[in-house]
Amino acid sequence: MTLFFFSSGLFLGWSLGANDAANIFGTAVGSRMLRFRTAAIIASVFVVIGAVVGGSGTAETLGRLGAVNALAGSFTVALAAGVTVFWMTRASLPVSTSQAIVGAIIGWNLFSGSSTDGGTLGQIVATWVICPIIAGLLAAGLYIGLRFVLIRARVHLLQIDWWTRAGLVLVGAFGAYSLGANNIANVVGVFVPAEPFGDLVLFGLITVSGTQIVFFLGGLAIAVGIFTYSKKVMDTVGTSLIRISPEAALVVVLAQAIVLFVFASEGLRQWLIARGLPPIPLVPVSSSQAVVGAVIGIALVRGARELDWKMLGGIALGWVATPLIAALISLTALFVVQNVFDQTVCRPQAPSTASFEE
Amino acid sequence: MAILFKATHSLENQIDEYLDTVSQGLIVFGEGVRHYLERDSIRFEERIKAIERLEGMADSLRRSIEGGLYGHSLIPEHRGDVLQLLESIDDLIDMAKETLNQFLVEQPFIPEPLNRHYTELAQTSIQAGEAVIVATRAFFKNLSAVKDHLHKVYFFEKEADTIGNRLKLAVFQSDELELAQKMHLRYFALHIDSIADVAEGVADRLTIFAIKRTL
Repeated sequence: MTLFFFSSGLFLGWSLGANDAANIFGTAVGSRMLRFRTAAIIASVFVVIGAVVGGSGTAETLGRLGAVNALAGSFTVALAAGVTVFWMTRASLPVSTSQAIVGAIIGWNLFSGSSTDGGTLGQIVATWVICPIIAGLLAAGLYIGLRFVLIRARVHLLQIDWWTRAGLVLVGAFGAYSLGANNIANVVGVFVPAEPFGDLVLFGLITVSGTQIVFFLGGLAIAVGIFTYSKKVMDTVGTSLIRISPEAALVVVLAQAIVLFVFASEGLRQWLIARGLPPIPLVPVSSSQAVVGAVIGIALVRGARELDWKMLGGIALGWVATPLIAALISLTALFVVQNVFDQTVCRPQAPSTASFEE
Repeated sequence: MAILFKATHSLENQIDEYLDTVSQGLIVFGEGVRHYLERDSIRFEERIKAIERLEGMADSLRRSIEGGLYGHSLIPEHRGDVLQLLESIDDLIDMAKETLNQFLVEQPFIPEPLNRHYTELAQTSIQAGEAVIVATRAFFKNLSAVKDHLHKVYFFEKEADTIGNRLKLAVFQSDELELAQKMHLRYFALHIDSIADVAEGVADRLTIFAIKRTL
């Protein structure tokens, strides 16, 4: 039964892989600089590494928003988010898993009568707004810098091509790591408080925590999503919004990867705190928003003539609709699971404000 | 990635070699016209053989470059433009070879006073061709310099037209030539001038491709 409950998290992971890998490699595959198979292998490996190594920070933030304290509740919340993402992916709309899961958790809070931490919600929403702006500014700066260098460096067109490919592989790996670290909380974060696995000692040397096992399984689900369903979305991201050169694609992926990394890196946060600087909140941000922000940044540098504003409008509408739809599906599904299937979806206690980490 | 790097490096060399070959073809063409005007048939025929060899080499290199670009899926964004560019540059050496062959086959009678006009026309057309080859090299390695060379192509093409018109005027004002000879000489003036026209066509394409290459 435990594994069955966990399946909705795996489904959500699959949805994230199908949708968000396109944000990392869509421009590279869409512009035919990388083969889909190569992109899928790199993305899968580094998403799993990112999830296991750096996924805890953003999970803690989601936990503050609403600690889903029953396994059937976690199942339902993840299922609601997964269905939302899947449905919007089917409509070829770049959708945010972060927004879907936040909407679904708020749905759980409403259903269980738990209060939603306004401060955390405000922080998350503010990050959603800031994230594409930062990605756009970063992309614009990087793009201007790259253009300046390429015009003056007198590098042969074929060598630029080679370096761009190498860059897309490296930056894509970094982007996939950042995606795993930042977004794994969206996929299986709701299962952490009720995780059924204990600590696991491998070869008597390495101890893997139950949380890391959850993250690893979520990472694998993302990898399956990448291989089985991301090609279609990659084509959408790679070609629909704006016709983008491979060099610009490199900038888009780098800007997005930096943004996701910054909002997921515990190390960077500690480094800033140690120097008395304001810490960056560890928040699951939308890679879709980051990539669209980065593309807009480049388009603005190029004069904004090529932007498909209608398409952008559709994406923006999807962003507003995602949390609302997810919250509604979550509320309905929780009601059905509790009253039809007689499962405990929430335990009678106040939402925890403590960390998910042991 | 290492294999791709090697292939990339090899293609770079082939593109350079291809442009060198076309450039040499134009030089050989100029020498061929000079030897014909000097009535040095032995050296003229040597130039015919040389340009045929160079044209064959250029074709073979172009095919190899095309195969390499497609085989390794290189420069997907610019592949079509690059192949179109290389093919239109091939027209330069094709036209030069064809014109020299026409001299060989038709043996036009060119009166001594007109020699300098033909020499000048051939040299100006060659300069237009040379300028477009330099611009093409810049397209690959130094994009911002493309414009610096393209304006020379347009200049030499106009010059070639002016020289061609002057030549035709001199031909048709001549009292020593029959009408058939005059028309024959006009035909050769047009052929030599067409090398500059081909260069201008390449320059027009290159202008667009260079804009497209701007990020």
